Amino acid sequence: MKELVVISGKGGTGKTTILAAFAFLAKNKVLCDADVDAADLHLIMDPQIRERHDFDSGHTAVINQDKCTQCGYCRDLCRWNAISEHFVVDPIACEGCGVCHYFCPEEAIDFPLNTCGEWFISDTRFGPMAHARLGIAEENSGKLVTLIRQQGKKLAEEKNLDLLLTDGPPGIGCPVIASMGGATAVLIVAEPTVSGRHDMKRVAELAAFFKVPAMVCVNKFDINPDEARDIEDFAREEKMRVMGRIPFDPVFTSAMVQGKTIFEYDGHSGGARAVKKIWEDLVQSL
Amino acid sequence: MIISIASGKGGTGKTTVATNLAVSLESSVQLLDCDVEEPNAHLFIQPVVEEVKTITTPVPEVDMGKCTLCGKCNEICQFKAIVVIGETVLPFHELCHSCGGCMKVCPEKAITEVGRELGVIEIGHRDGMEFLHGRLRVGEAMSPPLIRKVREHTRPGVLTIIDAPPGTSCPVIASMKGADFVLLVTEPTPFGLHDLKLAVGAVNILKIPCGLVINRSDMGDDRVREYANSEGIPILMEIPFDRKIAEHYSRGEMLVEAMPEWKERFKDLFHQIEAVISHRTSGGL
Repeated sequence: MKELVVISGKGGTGKTTILAAFAFLAKNKVLCDADVDAADLHLIMDPQIRERHDFDSGHTAVINQDKCTQCGYCRDLCRWNAISEHFVVDPIACEGCGVCHYFCPEEAIDFPLNTCGEWFISDTRFGPMAHARLGIAEENSGKLVTLIRQQGKKLAEEKNLDLLLTDGPPGIGCPVIASMGGATAVLIVAEPTVSGRHDMKRVAELAAFFKVPAMVCVNKFDINPDEARDIEDFAREEKMRVMGRIPFDPVFTSAMVQGKTIFEYDGHSGGARAVKKIWEDLVQSL
Repeated sequence: MIISIASGKGGTGKTTVATNLAVSLESSVQLLDCDVEEPNAHLFIQPVVEEVKTITTPVPEVDMGKCTLCGKCNEICQFKAIVVIGETVLPFHELCHSCGGCMKVCPEKAITEVGRELGVIEIGHRDGMEFLHGRLRVGEAMSPPLIRKVREHTRPGVLTIIDAPPGTSCPVIASMKGADFVLLVTEPTPFGLHDLKLAVGAVNILKIPCGLVINRSDMGDDRVREYANSEGIPILMEIPFDRKIAEHYSRGEMLVEAMPEWKERFKDLFHQIEAVISHRTSGGL
């Protein structure tokens, strides 16, 4: 089984739009939305949820006021200043380390497991999909990403499908690291701006750090063809494959507004033709 | 006063709003770029950097001469970052959250702390404005501790503008917590709206007043405006799609310099934010 993960470094370069278009073109695949923090792929895929599960991960300290003698030891130990002078734990500040729970002389601190999101197995018009929703302001997004990718692989094995198409998160931190480990390849969607070039270099460095082969395509290349060329030159120097260019095309936004992939909205548009060509090359090199 | 600029969805124009707002104001301003995974504000601000600090977080080191393999460190660690295997204790520094529990629990005092590099903080200025950002080390997973270190440089008495990362999980919370106002930058598309709702949820948990900037406001549809109206979130600025704006941005040029008519609009944006905050602190809403 192969897995292609679409990432970008910078947010808003078109990862999800391009992945949704690939979903229309690809055969025998499972879709996976690993951007659990701000998942958007379902807005195009319109999944029919077959299974719904809680995502339980991490603990939060809770002080039992009946047992607490306000000795203050927990406040001395806590490195996150999460315990107020009235001995109430701020659940947002609490890191879930359990040090206060372990050392409280009165055993007054409970340490319950958190439910910090949900994950789903669904059917879509393009095949099965694994996706999730991390609760707002929750932690452990990397663990949820890992879980979703495992579920995607399991789905593919059960249904005898040979490709996992994974929509990755922006950035270079924990959820991105969790989304690329062990992938066949990542496709970096870059935008031709000074920010886009800066950010794609950092995420390319991350892919190299974890030894995941990276390919690059430039979206909205005609906004700044000089920047597009600089990004492609950099990619070639770093031995990353350049997968082509996609023009700025308002049809992408129009398709999104209707909840469609670009091929369902206007398969003859310049944007659609460019994505099709990239996909045909990609399939060859995976 | 602290204004945090956030969005939910990436690429909606947070950095454009943060940098142009910061340079448009005459008052004393400090700009903190807390998108430490992918900091971009410096590309527009072009600060003169005066200081670079390497930021580390404490992680355990075990003196095997003192260790009796009792396993208490293994037991207390919630993050599987220190493990007793056979005749040795292995700390996994990249998994460590720096709580200090293992060091505290060790009866032999065999554990001390060393630093794991999180990244750097660069401090500089542009004209009279102070500029700071964090740059997460590539390969480092945890951005919130570095974001908190950047925010320790907040100076009371000046206006602090924070450029937050995208999303709604811990790095975003670390960039919004304690702010007086959150300015949410969105685009009027289904993705923009969906992620805006999540961002508003995060702002509500933190009980911070917020307002909206709609970028590329003439692309997409009206659902973001309808949502803002129904939730009572004020729309403080709209930036229409203009290919010239996109091209200036692509070259790293500040909007208020390339198109000076925007300077007054950013000043006006700030005055509206001030009005919301003073209305709230004077007991209204």
